[in-house]
Amino acid sequence: MIAEVRDLTFSYQEREVLSGISFTLDEGQVLGVVGPNGCGKTTLIKCLDRILAPEGSVEIRGKELAQYHSDELARTVAYVPQALSIGMAMNVLEVVLMGRRPHVRWSVSDADLVMVTGMLARLGIQHLAFRKLTQVSGGERQKVMIARALVQEPALLLLDEPTSALDVRHQLEVMSLIRSVVREQNIAALMAIHDLNLAARFCDALIVLHHGRVIAAGPPGTLLAPPLIEQVYGVRAVVGTEGGLPFILPVEPVGGDDR
Amino acid sequence: MTLTKEQTADDPDEGARIARTYRAMLGRRAVALGLLAAAIVLLAGVAVTLGSAGLTVSEVYIAILSRFFPGSVSVDPLALTIVWDLRLHRVIFAVLAGFGLAIAGATMQGVLRNPLASPFTLGIASAATFGAAIAIMVIPQTAVGEAGIVISAFFASLIAAAAIYGLSRYRGMSAESMVLAGIILMYLFGAVTSFLQYTGSTEQLQAVVFWMFGSLQRTSWLKCGIVFLVLGVSVPYVIVRAWDLNALAMGDQVAQSLGVRVERTRTIHMFIASLITASIICFTGTIGFIGLVSPHITRLALGGDNRYLLIASGLIGALILLLADSLARTILAPVIIPVGIMTSFIGIPFFLYLFLRRKEEYW
Repeated sequence: MIAEVRDLTFSYQEREVLSGISFTLDEGQVLGVVGPNGCGKTTLIKCLDRILAPEGSVEIRGKELAQYHSDELARTVAYVPQALSIGMAMNVLEVVLMGRRPHVRWSVSDADLVMVTGMLARLGIQHLAFRKLTQVSGGERQKVMIARALVQEPALLLLDEPTSALDVRHQLEVMSLIRSVVREQNIAALMAIHDLNLAARFCDALIVLHHGRVIAAGPPGTLLAPPLIEQVYGVRAVVGTEGGLPFILPVEPVGGDDR
Repeated sequence: MTLTKEQTADDPDEGARIARTYRAMLGRRAVALGLLAAAIVLLAGVAVTLGSAGLTVSEVYIAILSRFFPGSVSVDPLALTIVWDLRLHRVIFAVLAGFGLAIAGATMQGVLRNPLASPFTLGIASAATFGAAIAIMVIPQTAVGEAGIVISAFFASLIAAAAIYGLSRYRGMSAESMVLAGIILMYLFGAVTSFLQYTGSTEQLQAVVFWMFGSLQRTSWLKCGIVFLVLGVSVPYVIVRAWDLNALAMGDQVAQSLGVRVERTRTIHMFIASLITASIICFTGTIGFIGLVSPHITRLALGGDNRYLLIASGLIGALILLLADSLARTILAPVIIPVGIMTSFIGIPFFLYLFLRRKEEYW
């Protein structure tokens, strides 16, 4: 098991944002966190990388999150945020090399360079190595950020809306890449994701957050049924399969906006 | 993590080529550092021969060498005094001060992710001016003289640094709150200094204005030693932590996920940059520009990797200040123009050239 979260609770000042969250995450597993805007997805991810300090227990590889030294944590958990920050005056190679920071002292070894160039190749962005980060497209930049996170050699990869800024082709590329890398490296990924179709297709399991609580969890095929979607999002939806692939088609809002 | 065969099989030659290109790029940066250092030594060698005393080049160098090999050559005592007591420490101080101010600016820009951050835009220098002005106004100059001004300017700078820390701590230590706190302090100290000047006598006003011009007239071996000590302790630390500044460029949260303790790093680096600045400008008065622009020149020329950026900015700063002081002493000789005025005249054309030539984003 890579991560075990028990009764995680987090409040901003008085307002409770996450309440009694529990789940586990195994090797080779991609766990999707879905739910409407403001349900606490990003907050949960930040809690798991200790950017925020929650109550409750988070164990990663059998060790409490609070017990990790900051460099040790960076070698265990990697985080790809939603808002893409621009690395100043740095090219793609330098940005990805930054993922080696928790491992290197000052200079970059040949082994580090082999790993980084290998990861660029794995993600198909070798040709961008010496481009400035500001000169690559949104989809390419997302791959750069994922490459940067993966060369940290994490056991747990956290991604906040990895596909939200991408066109459909890049969405598919990035999602299948994440899933195959997770399987190859035998690590685990947890991602916040809005797109239920991508979540249904690429995640091994989902947890559904609503008002900061887990209201449902399980494999996407059985979980994403019209009543749940209506309860969580206030939307009537058609759920089905086409060519062996699951799809969710939102039809119309139902009820008042009191969710 | 080991990469599977499939992962590296994409194009192994391409990977090796990227690694070679990267190594070559680092090599070029190292060569650039070496060339900058050589240029500083060369220029310093010329700078000691410049001055209104009319010493020849050989007289200057005989005077310098005679200290290392006493009794081996006969040397004019006047030349000895001029070189050792007036020129040499001034040249060395210019190098140390330029290096320190530039590395302080590069550190602040890195840790605050802000291209406009420098000891001068963040109120450290205006606090020093305020400290100097208070000393000039309040302490009778005959009693304490220069030491009072130096000490007052130094501590005023550190108080400003502490105030920036306190104000931004209250708001959560973000880069933005530190920048805003610094700007607030810059205006506050500026206003108080203006008020002091308004109420002061003509002589006091003149003394404050002259202090604000910035000058290397008052250097000494002791002051060189103090600045060297401060740089010797603080510069190795920021160089060793250069990866932290690189990671901070990606944003606080990514930096934290890369193992950087963001608040602690920001606090320590801001303190170090303020200490370096305070220890220099308390002796020289306001020498602006170098801390702001040297890191930009370096970034345009060598890229943003702080492992090279910090040292290279320091060397560029040293070169600019040394060149500015040499010109300030010679172009209107025997009149010496305050170096604070000269630095901008030297640095701006160079900066503009790079800025206009390199059109892609560099920040």
